[in-house]
Amino acid sequence: MADPMHQFEVTKVVDLPDFSLPGVGVIDMAITNSVVAMAIAASLVVAFFAVATARATVVPGRMQVLGESIFSFIDDLAVSIIGPEGRAFFPFVFTLFVFILAMNFLGLFLVFTATSQLAVTVTFALLTILLVIVVGLAKNGLGFFKLFLPSGVPWYLWWLVVPIEVISFLLRPVTLSLRLFGNMLGGHVALKVFAGFVVSLGALAAGGGVGLLGIPGAALALGGVVALTALEFLVAFLQAFVFAVLTCVYLNDAVHAGHH
Amino acid sequence: MEAEAAKYIGAGLATLGMIGSGIGVGAIFSGFLQGALRNPGAAGGQFTNLVLGFALTEALGILAFVLGLLILFS
Repeated sequence: MADPMHQFEVTKVVDLPDFSLPGVGVIDMAITNSVVAMAIAASLVVAFFAVATARATVVPGRMQVLGESIFSFIDDLAVSIIGPEGRAFFPFVFTLFVFILAMNFLGLFLVFTATSQLAVTVTFALLTILLVIVVGLAKNGLGFFKLFLPSGVPWYLWWLVVPIEVISFLLRPVTLSLRLFGNMLGGHVALKVFAGFVVSLGALAAGGGVGLLGIPGAALALGGVVALTALEFLVAFLQAFVFAVLTCVYLNDAVHAGHH
Repeated sequence: MEAEAAKYIGAGLATLGMIGSGIGVGAIFSGFLQGALRNPGAAGGQFTNLVLGFALTEALGILAFVLGLLILFS
């Protein structure tokens, strides 16, 4: 059976000369399949919204309805979680959602999923958490640290609650990145393993004799692949949505740090 | 015991963490369905909270899964 982890290997498509940044070291500038997948996802998103808004009319056409409904979906989400201040963060949340959604879906059509690379998801999570910290400090000043001290906790429990809150805050980027990465990785490994069953059981049946029993097994595995692919489409949307929801929740904590 | 064998056993044991995550996700959806069937009108507005609870619970299962992979492939 083929190695199910092979599909996540990053390979160089176009090798560019290394670039050395003083203080950081040598950076490999090669265009990898990960970069290609992300570029395709980004350009598809741009192309989709360019087409959707090309001929904007008061009575929208099909593409415009689709574009507007994605737009208002995230707008409602940001406003319902953060409140009226959420409008300021709408571009960030919307970009994250659409980009992750495009990469997740592309992974189901192409051979490579950019969001199954930990480097990609960690970058998103770091962007989010840095924005949370910057916004929290800018809006509340030192009051941001009230986030670690929920109101209503009696003083004799502070020693217990504050470390727990600090650790849970520090774990946020970790779980944010690992959730997306793990879901995509796990889903694609499961798909590849089931697809491998089809091939190996088919090879068993080709041998004839008792091996012919492999045919119903292979059919069952093939049905499993189809069902898992359908499930993966749901997961691809759900994980992009979850990332957007959690970004909004964390931003809400930063904006309203005082009354937490 | 050979180190290689211990690695495989460890990776398998690490995935046991998914049991708790599975129970938790089941509890979340069962709670949501119970509430939603009693008051279907309010169910739609709680979809975000449903997904949020699901995601936070599932993260622990994913942590176990990633840990298993780390043990297996490092």
